[in-house]
Amino acid sequence: MNQPPKPNSFRSGPDEEGRFGIFGGRFVAETLMPLILDLQDEWARAKNDPAFKAELENLGTHYIGRPSPLYFAERLTAELGGAKIYFKREELNHTGSHKINNCIGQILLAKRMGKTRIIAETGAGQHGVASATVAARFGLPCVVYMGATDVERQAPNVFRMKLLGAEVKPVTAGNGTLKDAMNEALRDWVTNVDSTYYLIGTAAGPHPYPEMVRDFQAVIGEEAKQQILEAEGRLPDLVVAAVGGGSNAIGIFHSFLDDEGVRIVGVEAGGKGLDGDEHCASLTAGSPGVLHGNRTYLLQDGDGQIKEGHSISAGLDYPGIGPEHAWLNDIGRVEYVPIMDHEALEAFQTLTRLEGIIPALEPSHALAEVIKRAPKMGKDEIILMNLSGRGDKDIFTVGKILGMGQ
Amino acid sequence: MTARMEQRFADVAAEGRPVLVTYFMGGDPDFDTSLAIMKALRQAGADIIELGVPFSDPMADGPAIQLAGQRALKAGQSLAKTLELARLFRAEDQRTPIVLMGYYNPIYIYGVERFLADALEAGVDGLIVVDLPPEMDDELCIPALEKGISFIRLATPTTDDRRLPKVLENTSGFVYYVSMTGITGSALPDPSLIAGAVARIKAHTPLPVCVGFGVKTADHARAIGASADGVVVGTAIVNQIASSLTEEGRATEATVPGVEALVRGLAAGVRAARLAAAE
Repeated sequence: MNQPPKPNSFRSGPDEEGRFGIFGGRFVAETLMPLILDLQDEWARAKNDPAFKAELENLGTHYIGRPSPLYFAERLTAELGGAKIYFKREELNHTGSHKINNCIGQILLAKRMGKTRIIAETGAGQHGVASATVAARFGLPCVVYMGATDVERQAPNVFRMKLLGAEVKPVTAGNGTLKDAMNEALRDWVTNVDSTYYLIGTAAGPHPYPEMVRDFQAVIGEEAKQQILEAEGRLPDLVVAAVGGGSNAIGIFHSFLDDEGVRIVGVEAGGKGLDGDEHCASLTAGSPGVLHGNRTYLLQDGDGQIKEGHSISAGLDYPGIGPEHAWLNDIGRVEYVPIMDHEALEAFQTLTRLEGIIPALEPSHALAEVIKRAPKMGKDEIILMNLSGRGDKDIFTVGKILGMGQ
Repeated sequence: MTARMEQRFADVAAEGRPVLVTYFMGGDPDFDTSLAIMKALRQAGADIIELGVPFSDPMADGPAIQLAGQRALKAGQSLAKTLELARLFRAEDQRTPIVLMGYYNPIYIYGVERFLADALEAGVDGLIVVDLPPEMDDELCIPALEKGISFIRLATPTTDDRRLPKVLENTSGFVYYVSMTGITGSALPDPSLIAGAVARIKAHTPLPVCVGFGVKTADHARAIGASADGVVVGTAIVNQIASSLTEEGRATEATVPGVEALVRGLAAGVRAARLAAAE
């Protein structure tokens, strides 16, 4: 891979066509193009509309519960004996993850565009729950597409979505995971394009979604930066987040991209190891291709057929990644590393016991990387990690693996 | 536009009828059977053949074509083998245009330059790539046109007059009007709406307009053919193939003759279209 020239700022993308370097773009069926262009216009108008900003902030404060706290993990830090570890507590948001930040933003856009129906895809169900929640809050019907495998392993979230009034449609194609749910959501959208708003949950898909979702999630990093300056009087040495599609990661990374002294690490799902096909490490083990509206790194075979991948975490079980991460990887600003299922599982238990916080399996991947790095860093160094979701939804999966309960 | 495509439209226009464009999935249910199907399509009266390239994630296709793609991939089909199907068909038939239809990623991974060279060598006349709108023309459309391969664009009910010129700008061969928003294999909309849409597109382009999505029977073909330059049939053929297979998805003696019988009926339908239009 040729190393592209370093830009003056890492925060200026994408260009007019939605490209981050060679990544991103708008690879969609013609049926969707007029709508995507409308969305881009509406998003451009909303961004500069003080009323939109005010409503977003108001709901952020009183509905989501922003700002989320920055928490110094004292016992974990002492246990590891190295760098000071801070968590950005996105799991304390309403609905239990960072996903709500984006959903509130997008549903306000859907209302502005006069759409009367919301569809969404979900893996772990966190985005599905957040979508169902905002749909209830704004009185719109909501259909959530979810892989049949995920419906089973994330049962608590399925129940929550149903209680919130959403219709959950299990998708049996492929492995029945996030990729298949996204295909089905796109088919629904193509069919009901006039009435329907597609609320994409991650910083991927056709332009303007990667940019728009990032901007709605960037509040995580903006707050964290201010909070760490207040707590420590300086920036962190290392920022870590888990990456599936990459919305929580780009949300916390974006504010720090131009801060030279801050190392940034994204953690991919290494599944059962990178030797076979049972992982979702698209940056570490994939190659550039085109899927779901954008060019990005994908797990694929020599014929360009997309592989299914595997992760213990339904939210990371996706064979691609947001295009901005693909670009940040190629220009070398962010380092992406894999964490295996068993490492994430250990980290999950460590945090639960030491700090009394049950993390979701997704940020448990980020945590496993923090646990590896912290002991090697000085006691005066600082790690900031995005604790993007809470683990209530995962307790049955984890309980089963650990042989607890049943 | 390739000479072959131009000639076929001219010849059929001289007969005073619309063209019949037939789609099937390359490699469904296996390579040899699909080559026999391709030949049978022509025997039965198809004028242009759309040869589907299977893709693992066909976002714009309904269940019938998704399953056809899965059967083909399971039987070992690939883009290279789909080009081989075209080449073998072309060795016996130099006059019937072949249009490859699929998604961009397999082509991108094959390499655009290499793909275009191999497609031209195999006798491919046109491409329909579902996930490459005009905004992405630099990827494949422009390089294909430079090589003399048509890039056939889909226009849909959401393609309004403001957008139509952009969609038609680099389109060649013919315009494929998708008669509804939706995935392949949905129901057929009102023929009078289609006639209006065809007239709207023809006001913007001299290219032939072929209409698809929802055409299942000879009657449909006749009704659509009354206003369009061509009728595209896909899902009905794919369903016909699927219904002839064993439980394990293998071809039977009924597979190829079943397709041939269906397409004979459709061919009779387009041949009656001129009469319908004159009534």
